Amino acid sequence: MVSAYHSTLRKSAWSPGFWARFIACGVVLGVVIPAINLWIPSNSAAALPDYLIPLLGKYLCYALLALSLDLIWGYAGILSLGHGAFFALGGYCMGMYLMRQIGTRGVYGNPLLPDFMVFLNWQKLPWFWWGFDHFAWAAAMVILVPGLLALVFGWLAFRSRVTGVYLSIITQAMTYALMLAFFRNDMGFGGNNGMTDYKDILGWDVHQPATRLGLYVASVAALGLGYLLCRFITSSKLGRILLALRDAESRVRFLGYSVTNAKLFVFTVSAVLAGIAGALYVPQVGIINPSEFSPGNSIEVAIWVSVGGRGTLSGAIVGAILVNAAKTWLTGAAPETWLFVLGALFVTTTLVFPRGIVGLLREARWTRLRAPAPVPAGEQA
Amino acid sequence: MNTAGTTDALLYLNGVTVSFDGFKALNELSLIVDEGELRTIIGPNGAGKTTMMDVVTGKTRPDSGEVFFQGSADLTRLDEAAIANLGIGRKFQRPTVFENLTVFENLELSLADSRTTWGTLFARLSTERRDRIDGTLARIGLTQQSGQSAGALSHGQKQWLEIGMLLIHDRMLLLLDEPVAGMTDRETEQTAELILDLAKDRTIVVVEHDMAFVRSLGARVTVLHEGSVLTEGSIDHVQNDPRVIEVYLGR
Repeated sequence: MVSAYHSTLRKSAWSPGFWARFIACGVVLGVVIPAINLWIPSNSAAALPDYLIPLLGKYLCYALLALSLDLIWGYAGILSLGHGAFFALGGYCMGMYLMRQIGTRGVYGNPLLPDFMVFLNWQKLPWFWWGFDHFAWAAAMVILVPGLLALVFGWLAFRSRVTGVYLSIITQAMTYALMLAFFRNDMGFGGNNGMTDYKDILGWDVHQPATRLGLYVASVAALGLGYLLCRFITSSKLGRILLALRDAESRVRFLGYSVTNAKLFVFTVSAVLAGIAGALYVPQVGIINPSEFSPGNSIEVAIWVSVGGRGTLSGAIVGAILVNAAKTWLTGAAPETWLFVLGALFVTTTLVFPRGIVGLLREARWTRLRAPAPVPAGEQA
Repeated sequence: MNTAGTTDALLYLNGVTVSFDGFKALNELSLIVDEGELRTIIGPNGAGKTTMMDVVTGKTRPDSGEVFFQGSADLTRLDEAAIANLGIGRKFQRPTVFENLTVFENLELSLADSRTTWGTLFARLSTERRDRIDGTLARIGLTQQSGQSAGALSHGQKQWLEIGMLLIHDRMLLLLDEPVAGMTDRETEQTAELILDLAKDRTIVVVEHDMAFVRSLGARVTVLHEGSVLTEGSIDHVQNDPRVIEVYLGR
């Protein structure tokens, strides 16, 4: 009966209750919000104006980025402070595709070269731009470029047993180095201006509300699938190995598991998810430039995750959306206070509720389930 | 070079030297453990007991010397995971269980199943495996605590869980580093019984300080001192050896 108790625990990752909650969230984000946007007249109080759709889409891309960080930080204890780099690389791959779609509609009307290359007097398209006029190629690169970088970087770092704060520092160095490189005009990615003025994606005008809604729904789908993938990994035996190596790495080695391989696997999966988030982000915000690589961006991702609750997956999503909504509101209402609020948020989370919002809610539910005392009639909902 | 190729010893150390910043933790240590043997290793602090285990399990690379397992596997060339997969298990001095996993999950990770990342991603726990875990839980007396997180166990229970983790894998050689450190007398007794029971079908090397415990195991004793073997023999032989008395009490 001990086993029976355990197998119920084990199966709870995919219980009907989970699917009900998951589908409910999916319906609200992917069906209800688009329906409100499409069918509630714009003069109504409940209307969702078109300009908010890309903003919500942006939050969802951030949520996917936060999710990717939670997979490695919350479970395997790998605090990457350079995850913005994978996000930006995915974004650049998409940006290159969008630039090639402009064609002769650019300022210089060059059918082959993007405007910034004409401006720099370049005569032909650099080899690494080949193929980016095809969406399938760009989509493959969105996955391969961050994935391969993570694979090589991770292999070097994890094989040498770089852990903890040292790993965090070298990931910061990685994203900083990439930022400096992408700032250079002769790298061929538009220098400090980056890439913008996109026209269309897969033949759809990126400025049309319908296209933006489509991108938003694609972001919902990516986040949903990304969440299921992370949940699958963390609820597998590999997920328990990750938790084990987070707490006692050398003990996992003495059990015969390759810590390097396990870390490398989740690190690469995580980088790919971050790259996909970046690729969906770029057409919705309409620009990609090297500031996406800035070390501060990556640190902010860690704050979203810790506010939402690390090691919970759903917390990363909640944290990313809440913090970014607060940022949007506050940078409009009182812009000079935002950095103080962000800092205060991080300090408060760490000191007062280290398990984050979702961690707090779970604890509250635990204590309620455990305490058999009946709820006083007056307090019943 | 491969002089050990001919030996039928399970574990063979020859002339192993390890130095840390000039200090020789192991000094030309030679040690042979036969298959099926229960061996206890004693020695004062700094004698090199834990370093010896580090060398055997791949945590520390020796500066010189040979370490062979089953006559052919050169342990100085393998990493921790590879050595563990050869069938060498280790219990640490400080009990190290995975505190955020349940007792059951600790044992699950220790099962002799696929160790590859891909294999663990798609692993399913069969009924036979589950029964095996339940059997081990019963053997180490932690059936009641199965669903509890290992961090909530008492010190002695953690030690047993760690032994259970070695036991469930069916390893050929177990290295136990101070298995009764911090245990009550009753727990120590139970642990001695457990080890004697385990020793029936595997080779065990126990490093221990507690002389009463070493006596209760009744096994061959090796005394380490300053990184090499001082003497070897029965517990009575060793305790009456004047050099051992001097090392433990003298100076």
